[in-house]
Amino acid sequence: MSNAARAVPASMQISDQVMIEVSGLHKWYGQFHVLKNIDLTVYKGERIVVCGPSGSGKSTLIRCLNRLEEHQKGRIVVDGVELSNDLKHIEQVRREVGMVFQHFNLFPHLTVLQNLTLAPIWVRKMPKAEAEKVARHYLERVKIPEQADKFPGQLSGGQQQRVAIARSLCMNPKVMLFDEPTSALDPEMIKEVLDVMIGLAESGMTMLCVTHEMGFARTVANRVIFMDGGEIIEQNDPEGFFANPKSERTKLFLSQILHH
Amino acid sequence: MTDETLTTPERYEPGRHPDMPPPGSTVGVIGWLRSNLFSSPLNTILTLAALYLIYLILPPILDWAIFSANWNDGTSREECVREGACWTMIRARFWQFVYGRYPFDQRWRVDTAFLLFLVTAVPLLIDRVPGKKYLAAFVFLILPVISFFLFYGGLGLPVVDTSLWGGLMLTLILGIVGIVFSLPIGILLALGRRSDLPIIRISSVAFIEFVRAVPLITVLFMASVMLPLFLPQGVTFDKLLRAMIGIALFGAAYMAEVVRGGLQAMPRGQYEGAMALGLGYWQMMGLIILPQALKISIPGIVNTFIGLFKDTTLVIVIGLFELLGTVQQATRDANWAGLSTEGYVFAAVVYFMFCFSMSRYSVRLERKLHTGHKRR
Repeated sequence: MSNAARAVPASMQISDQVMIEVSGLHKWYGQFHVLKNIDLTVYKGERIVVCGPSGSGKSTLIRCLNRLEEHQKGRIVVDGVELSNDLKHIEQVRREVGMVFQHFNLFPHLTVLQNLTLAPIWVRKMPKAEAEKVARHYLERVKIPEQADKFPGQLSGGQQQRVAIARSLCMNPKVMLFDEPTSALDPEMIKEVLDVMIGLAESGMTMLCVTHEMGFARTVANRVIFMDGGEIIEQNDPEGFFANPKSERTKLFLSQILHH
Repeated sequence: MTDETLTTPERYEPGRHPDMPPPGSTVGVIGWLRSNLFSSPLNTILTLAALYLIYLILPPILDWAIFSANWNDGTSREECVREGACWTMIRARFWQFVYGRYPFDQRWRVDTAFLLFLVTAVPLLIDRVPGKKYLAAFVFLILPVISFFLFYGGLGLPVVDTSLWGGLMLTLILGIVGIVFSLPIGILLALGRRSDLPIIRISSVAFIEFVRAVPLITVLFMASVMLPLFLPQGVTFDKLLRAMIGIALFGAAYMAEVVRGGLQAMPRGQYEGAMALGLGYWQMMGLIILPQALKISIPGIVNTFIGLFKDTTLVIVIGLFELLGTVQQATRDANWAGLSTEGYVFAAVVYFMFCFSMSRYSVRLERKLHTGHKRR
């Protein structure tokens, strides 16, 4: 596996420009306190893997970043725009933040190409021909250009997830959020999706990724965040995180997922 | 029975087993008969009993309706001499059944309006027609105006009062207006009922629940008798118009619940996928949610359409004579007294033709909109 001396390509350099700023974030589901005082700064070009046991609030955290979940306390600023109840700001943030879901959430009544061109045409007001050109470019990049005219229901899980990634990329986002992108996939399809994500990281995309794929974290991430009980327990670069975890909870979690 | 077709004659290497045809007894006519009509002793008995029942019922019906029926022209029932059905009455009254009391010399206007509707609306329902957008704009925006002037008059055409409208023409006008307006209003009500804004939600719920809890007859009575009492003196509007509004709103309340069923079947992920891309509420609903929700709801929507179409017969209680009303009137005519069976059979056949076509169209539409194999 990789080690501390791994060379980082020039495209993967992290800038000192802040992309996402989360401070004092709290969220409750009814009486249940899901997120507790989260502080997080994401710089442009960072590749962050968020892990933790189920129910730890990791999905909720990244879903707050594009306001799929509403937070009740604290500040979230994405690329200079603060997320509040202002619908204009929310839509502005969502245009710049791509999201990939566990269950793909492709639109089954539209072809692959239509799935990809929908948002550029209706949200970015891009001419149809140009949107299709962009869409075909990204389908090429996720290595399924030949599936453009099929419906999502005719593709395998891995292909669907790659379409979903391409769909987000068509909006030319500044940040990509991944919410357990490989958890619903058959084992032999996980690699094809991870390969696309690795390629994306190498192109310099800012990524936040909730995943249990520790191999991916080791190769791609520059920072691993461990969450439990709605709090960020510890964060470190992957080498340090896996080699000498500081808290007991992290050690327990790592021992559970690495030696099952 | 020997299983000779199932044993493999030679050995194959693993992974090279050829595809074999299914056993002969499971396919073709014989296979169909065996699996559907004679699959078990009970099934065989039921099949034979059903055949016997058909043998008992069908010949007399065919004899009455076709072989011994009177097909001749005539002006009263005396001219029906054969013992079967007296279709003479239908022939004599046919055009009245179609146009009601609409003046003879103006009937071309009705024909023109329906012809226009046929050549523009029907292509709209078929896939792959060039310029569908413009055609749709014409059908929904311009055609209603043209039809109004053709049916009612004005612009140099003599006015034909709505009390003279009747027969199949009135049935179709009420049905088409009801169908065309109830769907969009129903969709808005369904969205309103699921809205986060309390005022919109409460008023949608109140409207839907109130209208659904009241029989259509009552709505029509209210529209024709009660409404004028509430309006200021001197303000009147046409009885037919009131009936149309009543039917459209009544249909809309039912439609709203059908559409809401479809909306509820939509997984949350579809909303999230759309929102995450930055789509606004109306874009999300119009491009992602409604196309799918309406597709799921097609059986229910067409069910409501068919119900609405048949419910137009109820306008008879406020003195409007649509197809069934004109047929009933004819059977009360002294010349044709006692021929209500023929009249009702005729009306039933006409209603069946329209409702069955709607049903078949919906099946076709569902098949057309089916996109690939759903995996979950």
